[in-house]
Amino acid sequence: MSTTPATTAGTTPPRPRAPRERPVATTGPFTAVNDGWTVARRNLIKIKRVPDLLVGSIISPIMFILLFAYVFGGAISLGGEVDPAAYREYLVAGIFAQTVIFGATITGAGMAQDVKTGIIDRFRSLPMAPSAVLVGRTTADVVNNVLTIIIMSLTSLVIGWRIDTSVGEALLGFVLLLFFAYCISWIMAFFGLLVRTPEVFNNVTFIVIFPLTFIANTFVPLESFPAPLRVFASWNPVSTVTQASRELFGNIPADIPPPEGWALQNPVIYTILWGIAILVVFVPLTVRQYQRGAAR
Amino acid sequence: MVRRLSVPSATIEDVTDIIVAEGLVKTYGKKVRALDGLDLRVAQGTVLGLLGPNGAGKTTAVRVLTTLLQPTEGHATVAGLDVVRDAKELRSRIGVSGQYAAVDENLTGYENLDMVGRLYHLGRTRSRTRAWELLERFDLTDAAKRPVGTYSGGMRRRLDLAGALVAEPEVLFLDEPTTGLDPRSRLGMWDVIAELVAGGTTLLLTTQYLEEADRLADRIAVIDQGRVIAQGTADQLKEQVGGERIEVTVADASHLVPARNALAGLTGNEVGVEEHTRTLTAPVTGGVSMLVDAVRALDAAGVQVLDAGIRRPTLDDVFLTLTGHGAEDEQTAGAAA
Repeated sequence: MSTTPATTAGTTPPRPRAPRERPVATTGPFTAVNDGWTVARRNLIKIKRVPDLLVGSIISPIMFILLFAYVFGGAISLGGEVDPAAYREYLVAGIFAQTVIFGATITGAGMAQDVKTGIIDRFRSLPMAPSAVLVGRTTADVVNNVLTIIIMSLTSLVIGWRIDTSVGEALLGFVLLLFFAYCISWIMAFFGLLVRTPEVFNNVTFIVIFPLTFIANTFVPLESFPAPLRVFASWNPVSTVTQASRELFGNIPADIPPPEGWALQNPVIYTILWGIAILVVFVPLTVRQYQRGAAR
Repeated sequence: MVRRLSVPSATIEDVTDIIVAEGLVKTYGKKVRALDGLDLRVAQGTVLGLLGPNGAGKTTAVRVLTTLLQPTEGHATVAGLDVVRDAKELRSRIGVSGQYAAVDENLTGYENLDMVGRLYHLGRTRSRTRAWELLERFDLTDAAKRPVGTYSGGMRRRLDLAGALVAEPEVLFLDEPTTGLDPRSRLGMWDVIAELVAGGTTLLLTTQYLEEADRLADRIAVIDQGRVIAQGTADQLKEQVGGERIEVTVADASHLVPARNALAGLTGNEVGVEEHTRTLTAPVTGGVSMLVDAVRALDAAGVQVLDAGIRRPTLDDVFLTLTGHGAEDEQTAGAAA
């Protein structure tokens, strides 16, 4: 074709246009992990820049530990005997469980906030893995929970809590608490995307999470519960995650009767099964909800 | 200007129209029809202004075209890619900036853009350099290391727009880019957009400001109740309403009759009289020289003129003529009632 512009001898050839750097929408697990990490970093920066959030999730558990240990501790009997020092040790795993579960609600409030500000739309318009926003958020919230657990452990040590088992068992106890909270945070993410305003989300979760963490062996032994509550509590995964970490920390008083029911007798397995079930249901559900987006 | 096309060969006949929407319908429940058979075509390298009042379906149209929302019926392609079937690939070729500045308040301006670059999979180095390029271009270098929470509304919008440009998109969608900005920031935003468009980017812009569409868009599609009710260039739309008119306000009501006679004699057209405002209007041709003649004729007739001018129709007039209601009626209706 003679009309094709060729480089004319004697003149400077026109500078070829640099090939456009066209980002390729790559797929695959590696991209998803990478994208998830990019979003997680964003959420971690938030923890650093808005320390108010962390202060809230640190002060309130410290307050709970002190209130329960010293206000109720002298009145609650374990295995028919009131021993404030033993109760303080017993209490710690329960407070840990309650706190990390409340920590998981930050995930949902954060998602609702992101929908409200419109940044979710920005993410959804990008060629990133659809799971990345959720993976990034839930992962960052684990870090938040780790920080909270460290602070709570230090407080607990001050009031006389001790780990009476091996390092390995204690670590397993902490990991189990974090894993369970991580699973809960996927449920929270789902509802955070549904309700779309952080205020509504906080009100609703408070109503649900509060009874869920109280109708359990978190603060008092189940023996004193009326029968229907006791049945609920002994199959409540909040009870089993508490029981599991209590056992793994070696904080079960010697004179307390062994728990009733398969769940409380096999708390580690039962808790893990619950966690897996939650993930199997809520990961796909939440990703789908994210992809559908909020219609304005 | 030659632009490299990267359109699949199957759709090569559509290369001139980079955005094609046919019969888009989006319903919510049974009652709400946000889009009601929307058709659009945007030629490559041009700017389409999607003009309409609140609730006309502008944002819904943008959300469908940018893969954020699936249409109930109809289909659309952008850069030859189907907005539903090829959503993921399409996302790497478009940029979107919404009505709400979708930036993270806790991150700095730089961190926001860097994050977007990485999520476009530009890679670490390229994301960083691109972030700085854009911060400089949008005059945000000084604020680059400050959390966005400290930015003004105009700065946030510029940052959001920069976010849409990170991957040098072929097609850019801006949903009401100046809504809520103060007049000065709006002018600044217009300059930025005009500069972008001069660079050859195809742009679909929604706005409820008639002046904005007039100033930025090559073609305008007027939409109302989820449908395009008119389209063309700003001038074509104005012609639908009629050409130039002379508008004269007289000092006293008793001057209305002699003024009307004088104008009718001069223009040969029917003269509209608004007694309440003591204003007369008549279609004219001839622009300023006609105005001079008219003022002389009125003076000769002993009419005291308070104000006189040649008025070209605005897009507001277009809207009023097309829909029977003004572009901002919805907002002011409550106050008027």
